Amino acid sequence: MTTMQRLLQLPVNAVNIVKTVQSQVQGQEEDKSPVLSPDGGQQTWYSALQPDELRHLRSGGTGGGGGGGGDQEERGSQEDGGGGGSFQSQPLRHDDLKEMLDSNKDSLKLEAMKRIVAMIARGKNASDLFPAVVKNVACKNIEVKKLVYVYLVRYAEEQQDLALLSISTFQRGLKDPNQLIRASALRVLSSIRVTIIVPIMMLAIKEAASDMSPYVRKTAAHAIPKLYSLDPEQKDQLIEVIEKLLADKTTLVAGSVVMAFEEVCPERIDLIHKNYRKLCNLLIDVEEWGQVVIINMLTRYARTQFLNPNINESLLEEGGGGEKTFYGSDEDEDEDEEEKEKKAEAATMAKRKPYVMDPDHRLLLRNTKPLLQSRNAAVVMAVAQLYFHLAPKAEVGVIAKALVRLLRSHSEVQYVVLQNVATMTIKRRGMFEPYLKSFYIRSTDPTQIKILKLEVLTNLANETNISTILREFQTYIKSMDKDFVAATIQAIGRCATNIGEVRDTCLNGLVQLLSNRDELVVAESVVVIKKLLQMQPEKHSDIIKHMAKLTDNIQVPMARASILWLIGEYCEHVPKIAPDVLRKMAKSFTNEEDIVKLQILNLAAKLYLTNCKQTKLLTQYVLNLAKYDQNYDIRDRARFIRQLIVPTEKSGALSKYAKKLFLALKPAPVLESPFKDRDHFQLGSLSHLLNAKAGGYQELPDWPESAPDPSVRNVEVKESVFALLERVTTLTSVPEWTKCSSREKRKEKKVEKPFYSDSEGESGPTESADSESDSVSGSESGSGSEGSGSASESEESGEVSMSEEEDREKGKKTKKRELTKAVQESESEQSSEEEDRKHERKMKQRKSDSESESDEEEESESESSQSESDDSESEAEVRKKKKAAESKPPSKPVKKETKKEKKEMSLLDLDDFEPAPSPQVTPVNNLLSNSLVTDLEGLSLSEAVLSPATIAPSSALKIYELLHRITGEGLSVEYCFSRQPFSPDANMVAVQMQFTNSSTSDAKNLHMEDVKLQSGMRVKEFPEIESLPAGETAAAVMGIDFCDSTQTANFQLCTHTRKFFVSIQPPVGELMRPVFLTENEFKKEQGQLMGMNEITEKLTLDAKCRNEHAIVQRVTTAANLSRVPCGSDRECSPPVPPPEHPVHRFAGRTVTSGSLVLVTVATREEGAAQLTINCEKMVIGTMLVKDILLALTQ
Amino acid sequence: MINSLFLISHSGDIFLEKHWKSVISRSVCDYFLEAKEKAGDPENVAPVLQTPHHYLISIYRGKLFFLSVTQTEVPPLFVIEFLHRVADTFQDYFGDCSEVLIKENTVTVYELLEEMLDNGFPLATESNVLKEMIRPPTILRSVVNTLTGGSNVGGTLPTGQLSNVPWRRAGVKYTNNEAYFDVIEEIDAILDKSGTTVFAEIQGVIEACVKLTGMPDLTLSFMNPRLLDDVSFHPCVRFKRWESEHVLSFIPPDGNFRLMSYHVSSQNLVAIPVYVKQNISFLETGSCGRLDITIGPKQTMGKTVESLTVTIPMPKSVLSVNLTATQGTCTFDLTTKVVFWDVGKLNPQKLPNLRGSISIQTGAPKPEENPSINIDMKIQQLAISGLKVSRLDMYGEKYKPFKGVKYVTKAGKFQVRT
Repeated sequence: MTTMQRLLQLPVNAVNIVKTVQSQVQGQEEDKSPVLSPDGGQQTWYSALQPDELRHLRSGGTGGGGGGGGDQEERGSQEDGGGGGSFQSQPLRHDDLKEMLDSNKDSLKLEAMKRIVAMIARGKNASDLFPAVVKNVACKNIEVKKLVYVYLVRYAEEQQDLALLSISTFQRGLKDPNQLIRASALRVLSSIRVTIIVPIMMLAIKEAASDMSPYVRKTAAHAIPKLYSLDPEQKDQLIEVIEKLLADKTTLVAGSVVMAFEEVCPERIDLIHKNYRKLCNLLIDVEEWGQVVIINMLTRYARTQFLNPNINESLLEEGGGGEKTFYGSDEDEDEDEEEKEKKAEAATMAKRKPYVMDPDHRLLLRNTKPLLQSRNAAVVMAVAQLYFHLAPKAEVGVIAKALVRLLRSHSEVQYVVLQNVATMTIKRRGMFEPYLKSFYIRSTDPTQIKILKLEVLTNLANETNISTILREFQTYIKSMDKDFVAATIQAIGRCATNIGEVRDTCLNGLVQLLSNRDELVVAESVVVIKKLLQMQPEKHSDIIKHMAKLTDNIQVPMARASILWLIGEYCEHVPKIAPDVLRKMAKSFTNEEDIVKLQILNLAAKLYLTNCKQTKLLTQYVLNLAKYDQNYDIRDRARFIRQLIVPTEKSGALSKYAKKLFLALKPAPVLESPFKDRDHFQLGSLSHLLNAKAGGYQELPDWPESAPDPSVRNVEVKESVFALLERVTTLTSVPEWTKCSSREKRKEKKVEKPFYSDSEGESGPTESADSESDSVSGSESGSGSEGSGSASESEESGEVSMSEEEDREKGKKTKKRELTKAVQESESEQSSEEEDRKHERKMKQRKSDSESESDEEEESESESSQSESDDSESEAEVRKKKKAAESKPPSKPVKKETKKEKKEMSLLDLDDFEPAPSPQVTPVNNLLSNSLVTDLEGLSLSEAVLSPATIAPSSALKIYELLHRITGEGLSVEYCFSRQPFSPDANMVAVQMQFTNSSTSDAKNLHMEDVKLQSGMRVKEFPEIESLPAGETAAAVMGIDFCDSTQTANFQLCTHTRKFFVSIQPPVGELMRPVFLTENEFKKEQGQLMGMNEITEKLTLDAKCRNEHAIVQRVTTAANLSRVPCGSDRECSPPVPPPEHPVHRFAGRTVTSGSLVLVTVATREEGAAQLTINCEKMVIGTMLVKDILLALTQ
Repeated sequence: MINSLFLISHSGDIFLEKHWKSVISRSVCDYFLEAKEKAGDPENVAPVLQTPHHYLISIYRGKLFFLSVTQTEVPPLFVIEFLHRVADTFQDYFGDCSEVLIKENTVTVYELLEEMLDNGFPLATESNVLKEMIRPPTILRSVVNTLTGGSNVGGTLPTGQLSNVPWRRAGVKYTNNEAYFDVIEEIDAILDKSGTTVFAEIQGVIEACVKLTGMPDLTLSFMNPRLLDDVSFHPCVRFKRWESEHVLSFIPPDGNFRLMSYHVSSQNLVAIPVYVKQNISFLETGSCGRLDITIGPKQTMGKTVESLTVTIPMPKSVLSVNLTATQGTCTFDLTTKVVFWDVGKLNPQKLPNLRGSISIQTGAPKPEENPSINIDMKIQQLAISGLKVSRLDMYGEKYKPFKGVKYVTKAGKFQVRT
């Protein structure tokens, strides 16, 4: 016994006395009332006890001295060793713990709580410590507090009265300014299953549902099902809360509230209407568990709201060829659309109403598809079942690949996936056929997996692949796992019944198995052969004979019974053997199993009817034996048979029909998969897996006959929705510089559904500051904004600094080489010697696809800067002028615009090359296009090159808004990239600005201030405009060196009264200036920019953009490049007709670094084309590819 | 969704229970234990069991059963995936997921479970978020905690759950900034008796160890991304970017994580690095058999095959073996009847060979089947599919990180039928 324990001996006794008293009091109290009156007796003893115990402990503590900590340890280990915990030590330990809890030392409390939690974890009862523990609920130490919560949640239900003591603490917590404390208070409060506090919980949930913080709202959503399970009568009120939370626009809340919806009111599908589109759009950003729940719910929703997309196909299929269309086109969405149209056409021909998919249905399918790539198997499965239940047949194929991937996962995952695949293969066999081999079985698979794989393989078998499958089965039959072998034999039987061609082969194979050494194998074969023979018995009397001989050896009852049945059924085919078998069986009758006995009786009866002479006595003998059998079934059967077959005077009309009764033609059994018809359960569900309805399972409804009103899903568009949506999509997943792809997405959305074609996303700090004024988003960015705000900010600054970094790298080669080495060393672990050699060699050879591409980058950089210095000076002006007149679609409107939806829309429309409303076409235009011709002529090129097509007849430069009239209080500023060289500094991009004063007073002293730039960037400010009278406009030009990146230049625009924060961000196409190259030069340069510097993309040209003119125009609009004259070397040779598929080339240099940008558009048949961009600045290259791609395909 | 969780040891001892809703008596586990008894091999226990009032969904990891109890309909994969995530978290925290370690860290385990589920619905499953709330135990900290009574619960509450990058904690700081990527490929193959490939495919994963300060935004690009047939990503990867450009763009979680896993389709020809010449035969009489296995390099792309091991599960009727290996060691486990041959490095000049005799229980019939041979191996600095990382760029932070890529090829489920 340790000193500590000895010292504690006294208080232990003391407390024991108190404890007995306490338990008595407690018992009485409980009898009286479940509710604790505020001045109840318990509290009195409770507080009275406290100082007492504390004093005890204090004396113990002083006695123990400093060694306390060490003693604790010892005791802990002792206790752990104790394991089971003897009865004697139990009270002692509990009292120890109580005292520790009552101490004022946090470390002691913590130690005690840890042990208590360990007890709970082991499933030991620690409920009598409740009063001691609950006091510490207000403890300051966060870990003690947490452990107390754990304890409370576990035992509150058992000690309801005492649990109430803690409620006030949580109520206080609910008002805490810290959102996390509010959330955790609500979490614990709602987890305490005490019915009395239902009203308090209800109130807390309602309050939390409109909390500023989305995290608290999430917690509220979690609390709803807790309260519902505690008191189902609160349902109506809870539904109100759910409705409110469903309207929430944050991804954080979405998953949890749908979960609550599913548990509380899954039947209230009408609540989803208004939120359907939002849920679809948020889905990709919801956390993975929420995704599963939402997808499952949406599957059910879609079943009630949309029409069956396969309704016409199923009709067509009857005409044949339905299967064929099956996996042709799951690659491309567009293709699917076309195909569907085709099908719809065919359907009209079949006199059906053409099916048109609801755009909302399409939205769901499209937004869930990327989730097939999730790492979470549950998400993949959820999407798979959604596609299986909702998608048009032609599209279901996409899920196969993802499901096959899951087969690599843990065996439990495999088990569930295979079950679902098995069901799918019955309905949609074609889908998995290409993955046949992935279901091959390894000897190391667990048996249950093997059997499921076998099931899938059997389902997949058809005329073409049956030989491969049978060969596989051949191997499986030799397996050591006998259960698996038996299943294989069954599978062979099923293949044989389903595929007529192989029936004989299978039968022969199975007959060979009859001589197998393993009885189980033989028995299983017999059973299967029996079923097969039943299909065509005439042909196989020799097999029946062979099997008759087996009765001597086979002991497995089922097999014996099968053989006997076969012989009886086909006794005409084996007239000599059958009676002999009966004779043998009669001998061993008493020792047989029941099913065998029944079959012996059957055999006897049948033989009696067909071959009365030989078997009469035998039959009578068997019937007599059966008459005294222990089993009443057998006795009954014997009596019945005797009456039926042996004609007596009593037996009336029936015996005449005995032959008909016994020897009726029996239909051959259909061997079918146990997974047949399982698909009426929603796939992926527990009910499907068990093939039985589980509690709380929601039936998957049938498709409606006619579509319900789709307009119920329409929602009024509010600005806040836009702002939030765009924040969610852009902030979480798409960084700014991948905007191109997000723009594509947006575009799609716009086509189908204008509501969510959210405004240009801009995640800058300006924007979030704006939305803070908004009530909904304000709450999100309220206390949580630190996280989100800073994340977005850093993301943005990340984007900025990346290219800047690149630039810096350029200058400092030595540094770069270090880095290169670091990468290489770690990458390939090659010796530095080798590397150096390689480096040298490359300098000479310019090998295009080097392993260490950074090497190459470096050298080509140096190269290009050299060449640039040679010619850039002379050509710079020409180049710039040449294309300056062309306009370009904006890839990024300015931040401020996000706020104005209408303006926004029209800006987006510019993407589609609709005539842009541009009241102020810069006067530069005409002038330029004139000079352009002369410039080009000056370069002495052939006429062909100078065809008007080369000179882009651009309508206007794209105008961007810098400052809107309303935000600018009457002053509006627009800007465009004039594509003119900026004379003060050739490395700057010229930005032409147009100031319009639409206010009533003059604006004075227009100038720039406080320019905030990423390092490396420079700005040449425009000269101050001293005065701008009301209603007047003025123009100015400024220059910005963007350092070859699309980072923004932020500055303040000042008038004499106000300052406005504005920013300019260039589209990537404006970061270059045209450069003139001949075709040969172009090809030479291109040859040096291969490998990593080359980006190739295939595309289909827009219908309106298939002629040379249009292509040139669109490319030059998208980027400030000049056309490379094609076939300039044609001069000396006789003129040839223009090639059928012309190749268009464009060249330019980036403004700051002068890196070459080479663009090639090679056209092919039917609008197909290939876009190649060579640029050593990879970032620019990739961004440019997107922009040009977009320009050409739309 | 999930009512309760029981951790059950290999032997059937229930050593931890946690309830998220009302307490369910541990007697419910009896149904499971019964099924386990029946199945024999723990791998053969059905993951989903139905009892009169409950459904039991279990996984088997690290010789432990994680048994969850649910009362209502729930997607079984949801629970299974979650349980595996729990096991992963334990592994992450304690270095391994074993009975001893869980028992040692009961309190931490309990705190973790409390945070991971709320009312049976997953709450925080990202290890980065969890680590902010509950610090993983280290030896130093446990010593300090014992002396000072300190805690392993984070003093400040995590921001991760609230941020838009929920997988990364804020304020990460390192003195050495480094990002390492391991491209690990596994060959799944079935070879038949004659050595021809019945089925082969490559499964790859990219495991990342990223220790970078701040909020870096990384872009990993491949020389030949089109090789990849099917991919799945950590949630941090921007899917749109992959679709359009075939580069991996992501803000990484802090520490170790699996960036992506991929699949190189079986349509492509898969290089099989080794060949196996084998002859296993059981004689009709005399209750014995012969075994002769030679392994040689086939398509190794000029690299060395290392850590080569051969596992042969023998039929149950085999009594003992008498085998001699020219290289490495060979053992025979009498209880499981498994021959295990640790070959080591494969030397192309001197091919390893294992031969000898097998004796069978007298009286037992000659085994019908020949055992299959399972091969395990490792080839360093080679991704057998030919996948190559071309570069890694970092945006968003100013410093220069150390970067490294390592390639390893392993045998996955590599089986030779005999």
